[in-house]
Amino acid sequence: MSENELEELNKEAYKYGFTTAVDAITLGRGLNEDVVRAIAAARKEPQFMLDFRLRAYEIFKGMKEPEWAAVHYPPIDYENVQYYSAPQKKEESDAAPSYDSLDDVDPEILRTFEKLGIPLDEQKRLSGVAVDAVFDSVSITTTHQQKLSDAGVIFCSFGEALHEFPHLIERYLGSVVPASDNYFAALNGAVFSDGSFVYIPPFTRCPLELSTYFRINNVEAGQFERTLIIADKGSYVSYLEGCTAPQSSKHQLHAAVVELVTLDDAEIKYSTVQNWYAGDKETGEGGVYNFVTKRGACRGKRSKISWTQVETGSAITWKYPSCILLGDDSVGEFYSVALTNGHMQADTGTKMIHIGKNTKSTIISKGISADHSSNVYRGHVNINPKAHNSQNYTQCDSMLVGKQCTAHTYPYIDIRTNDSTVEHEASTTKLSEDQLFYFKSRGVSEEEAIQAVVTGFCRDVLDVLPLEFAAEAQKLLTLKLENSVG
Amino acid sequence: MLTLDNVHAQVEDHPILKGLSLTVNAGEVHAIMGPNGAGKSTFAKVVAGHDDYEVNDGDIQFNGESINELDIEDRANKGIFIGFQYPTEVPGVNNAEFLRLAYNAKRQANNQEALNDEEFRPILLEKLKAAQMDHIFLERDLNSGFSGGQKKRNEILQMLVLEPQLAILDETDSGLDIDALRIVADGINQYRSENHAIVLITHYQRLLDLVKPDFVHVLADGKIAKSGGPELALELEANGYDWLTK
Repeated sequence: MSENELEELNKEAYKYGFTTAVDAITLGRGLNEDVVRAIAAARKEPQFMLDFRLRAYEIFKGMKEPEWAAVHYPPIDYENVQYYSAPQKKEESDAAPSYDSLDDVDPEILRTFEKLGIPLDEQKRLSGVAVDAVFDSVSITTTHQQKLSDAGVIFCSFGEALHEFPHLIERYLGSVVPASDNYFAALNGAVFSDGSFVYIPPFTRCPLELSTYFRINNVEAGQFERTLIIADKGSYVSYLEGCTAPQSSKHQLHAAVVELVTLDDAEIKYSTVQNWYAGDKETGEGGVYNFVTKRGACRGKRSKISWTQVETGSAITWKYPSCILLGDDSVGEFYSVALTNGHMQADTGTKMIHIGKNTKSTIISKGISADHSSNVYRGHVNINPKAHNSQNYTQCDSMLVGKQCTAHTYPYIDIRTNDSTVEHEASTTKLSEDQLFYFKSRGVSEEEAIQAVVTGFCRDVLDVLPLEFAAEAQKLLTLKLENSVG
Repeated sequence: MLTLDNVHAQVEDHPILKGLSLTVNAGEVHAIMGPNGAGKSTFAKVVAGHDDYEVNDGDIQFNGESINELDIEDRANKGIFIGFQYPTEVPGVNNAEFLRLAYNAKRQANNQEALNDEEFRPILLEKLKAAQMDHIFLERDLNSGFSGGQKKRNEILQMLVLEPQLAILDETDSGLDIDALRIVADGINQYRSENHAIVLITHYQRLLDLVKPDFVHVLADGKIAKSGGPELALELEANGYDWLTK
């Protein structure tokens, strides 16, 4: 292979690795109480928010970074991270909490999102999907506002919600993932900047798919966003999260928190296609450290939360989208494809906590490991003493590509009733040179062969992704695996 | 159609083919026999273009064009088919979908439109019938959990669907019971025509009783040790290979 071809392949392997030149307002490096206060001040936040942050910071100071996950990395220097980075408004110099209109946004940023396939202006925006675009620490804009507000749906940046709907935030923020939950949740509680807020009123089916697109641009800054979605009684929403970051030899810290709440008969379908920069494929240098806490509480009877994730990028992934099944007859689902290649390390899975009666959960996990990567499924199914007649089904499949990678499965199962059913199935397969040769000997190209095998392996998960993202996810998986077989 | 001219090939540093020359014309059926380790499967893989096999001397031509430098899939789409001795299992990929993928790859290589499932189905069902196979095979994953015999029959189905110009069948008869052997032979005989060339790699006369070859070759130590008509196979059946290789 010539050097040019190699270069082309590298580019293709991570085509979102560019940086946008915009002036950023930051608060410098390191973390202390002043930084926490400064973030709240920069964003002109109400008092309860500052109190929340300061409590979280106190908790954070007393905690230690967790070491139980099967991921290895040099100690993170938390004093060297920038905890806030906001792109500067066109003609203003003070740190700005939000944009009033797209006219205020640096055109470079709009071009960035367009390059990422997320056009934000009225003429070109995606039909059928409302997008909240978050650039470093700040939400840039949310599309389709009129159509959403006609339906009574609130979908806006977290910063905006703090000013417009403080009572909702105060009531629900931290109610699913308290700052004390874990080290990274505490850190996020102290310094989180923007993110998305969604509220679906009772008996409303959200008329559009909602989507947040997270873009880390400043290679020196961490990204700490917070998402809160509340589905009131009898409502439904489908939400999609996408993410990319520039290619950099430094590691970027990403510690997000997502909280979902469903009341009686409500349903949230939360899908993620994650494609952060994963580090140099050969050396493992750079890439995003992704320490994310995602949890949903099915508070209402017969309510449902469904997590679907396609994880293809991050040097380190530490992430367990979970469901607390409080309401009787509530349902939790977790569908996951986690692909690791190069030197990536993923420790991901889910927790299903059954508390209400007749609660049901399904876990379908597909792990694909290639090159020198390590891929761990870690799951926890907990059936509490009062969760009578509950059911869990877990299926955990691993695919190995090449000879240097590893795949591990750590299922924890804790059953405290004698009338519940828990099933666990697992398998390991290999995407081999022999399979690719067999396809090619029938005239099928390597790319199509990988796509066929990987899509077949992941079908159960790809089938539950919103249609337009399933095709994208398929392509992404294929692209990541080319040149890894052998 | 297929010409091998003094082909030398090695795997890693082991020379296996040591000057193999062979010409196969349209309409002909050739049988290649020979002791284990003589290079019979290597011959099939070298013609297919397998990356593990390095051709370091000689030329392979298909329809007058050298294919030494062609990729595996390009050779296939030009009309070369290998029926493998050990067909690979591919869990998760539906057999019918795989056949359509391969069928369309060939169509697209010939600048024809790909067929959708609905358009392809009647073609597939006709070939399935010709191969005397049950519908259930189409619903299963490619070779996954198939018995040895089922895998071989699935290779014949693929050959009938893809309609290659040249089919090299590597021990397609081994591991088959008597009924399956007859069905496989039926499939090969249906495919046999003046436009198609067939190379049967086999150890046993029983296949050659059902598919009568025009030529029989003995491959020993990487080259053709002897060629003849169908009677040569009978001689080998009676006397083994020793008299040829000593």
